[in-house]
Amino acid sequence: MTTPALKEWPLWEVFVRSKQGLEHKHCGSLHASDAQHALQMARDVYTRRQEGVSIWVVPSATITASAPDDKGEFFEPASDKIYRHPTFYEIPDEVGHM
Amino acid sequence: MYTQALDLPPSPEDKTQPVRLAPSADEASLQAQFDRRIDADGRIEPQDWMPEAYRKTLVRQISQHAHSEIVGMLPEGNWISRAPSLKRKAILIAKVQDEGGHGLYLYSAAETLGTSRDEMLAALHSGRAKYSSIFNYPTLNWADVGVIGWLVDGAAIMNQIPLCRCSYGPYARAMVRVCKEESFHQRQGYEALLAMMQGTAEQKAMVQDAVNRWWWKCLAMFGPPDADSPNSAQGMRWGIKRISNDNLRQKFVDATVPQAKVLGVTLPDPDLKWNEERQQHDYGAIDWDEFWATVNGEGPCNKERLATRVKAWNDGQWVRDAALAHARKQQQRTLKEAA
Repeated sequence: MTTPALKEWPLWEVFVRSKQGLEHKHCGSLHASDAQHALQMARDVYTRRQEGVSIWVVPSATITASAPDDKGEFFEPASDKIYRHPTFYEIPDEVGHM
Repeated sequence: MYTQALDLPPSPEDKTQPVRLAPSADEASLQAQFDRRIDADGRIEPQDWMPEAYRKTLVRQISQHAHSEIVGMLPEGNWISRAPSLKRKAILIAKVQDEGGHGLYLYSAAETLGTSRDEMLAALHSGRAKYSSIFNYPTLNWADVGVIGWLVDGAAIMNQIPLCRCSYGPYARAMVRVCKEESFHQRQGYEALLAMMQGTAEQKAMVQDAVNRWWWKCLAMFGPPDADSPNSAQGMRWGIKRISNDNLRQKFVDATVPQAKVLGVTLPDPDLKWNEERQQHDYGAIDWDEFWATVNGEGPCNKERLATRVKAWNDGQWVRDAALAHARKQQQRTLKEAA
C-alpha cells in the first residue's frame, strides 16, 4: 500500500462571527494551502448550518500565546486588587440600584 | 460516529517504546498538579503538562474516532446515487458531509497533542490504526441507511454525549459540535424508516431485516463488558471516559425499545424483556468472538473499506499538489509586485 509523501498544507485558526453585532469567536482550526483556500474550507467545515455571517482565518504559526507556566506571575497580580470590582464597595440600601 | 478505541489494545509500535525511568522530582510535582486538576474535574489544555500515557491514550482514541468518521462516510456514500427521492438524496449528502466535518474537528483536536495529520492518515492507510468496526459491515439496501441513522448514530450519540465532558479541552469542545449535529443524523434515519413502515409489506420486511442485521452489532459498539475492559478504569480515572461500556449499552437498550415499538419492528433478541426489579431491560448475550474477529480484520468489508479510502486519498493527490502549487505561485506574484 503506497501513500505518497506530501508536504502538508499549513494550519489555520478559524474565527466566526455568529451574527452582526457579536464578536468573532475562535471555533477551531483546519489545514489549507493559502488564506483564500482556508476561508473556503472554513465555510464548509464550520458554517454548514448558518452558524456565521463573517469568518477570519489566521495562520496558526503567527499566534503568540502566554505560557501556562507563567500563569502565576502573569495573571495573579490582579487577584489581590478586589477594589477593581463594584461589589467591593458598600453602599446604603436606601440608595437603591447603583 | 464512535470508536471503541479506549478498549482496544495499543497497536504493536506502542509496545516498542523504551521503558520509562523513574520520574524526576520535578515530574512528580507536575504529576501531582495534574492529578489535582483531574480530581477537581478541571480541564487539561494543549500547552499544559500531561503524563505521556494520558497523551498517548488521547492521540489513539481521538485519531481512531476521527478515522471512524471518515471511514463512516463510505457505507452511506454508497447510497447517495441510489437514494429513493431528491429529498432523501439531499439529506444523505448533508449527513455524509457532516461525517467528513466531524472527522476534521477530531483530527484538529488530536493535532493539538503533537501528532500531525499526515502521521494519523498514514496510520489509517497502512492499516495500523483502527476505526469503529461497525463500518466493516455492508449496507445492503436502502433500509440499512435508515437503520444506520437510527441505531448506529443513536449508539454513537449515547457514547459521545459523556465525551463532551472529557477532561481534555479540545476533545470535549469538538464533541460538543459533533453532538449538536448528530441529532439530525438519528432523526433523519428514524423518519426514513417510519416512511418505509407505511409502505408495502415488502418495504416493511426490508426494515425488519435491516434491524435484525444491525441490532447486535450496535450493542457491540459500546465495547467489551466492563469486566473485560481493563483500560476503562484508567480512562475513568483520567476523566476521558465518564460512563462505563455496560452502563452506556444499558441506556441505549432502554432508550431504543420504545422507539422500536413506535416504529413497529421487533428487536431480534428473545431474551430482551423489562426487568421490574432493576427498572431496566434484560438482554441476551453478545457474540464477542465475532466482534473481535471484525476488529482484527476478519469482518466482511474490512479490506474493501480500507482500499476505497486509500484510493480516494491517492486519487486526490493531484488536487493537494495543485493547491500547494497555486499558493506558491500566488505568493511569488505578490512578492514580485511588492518589489
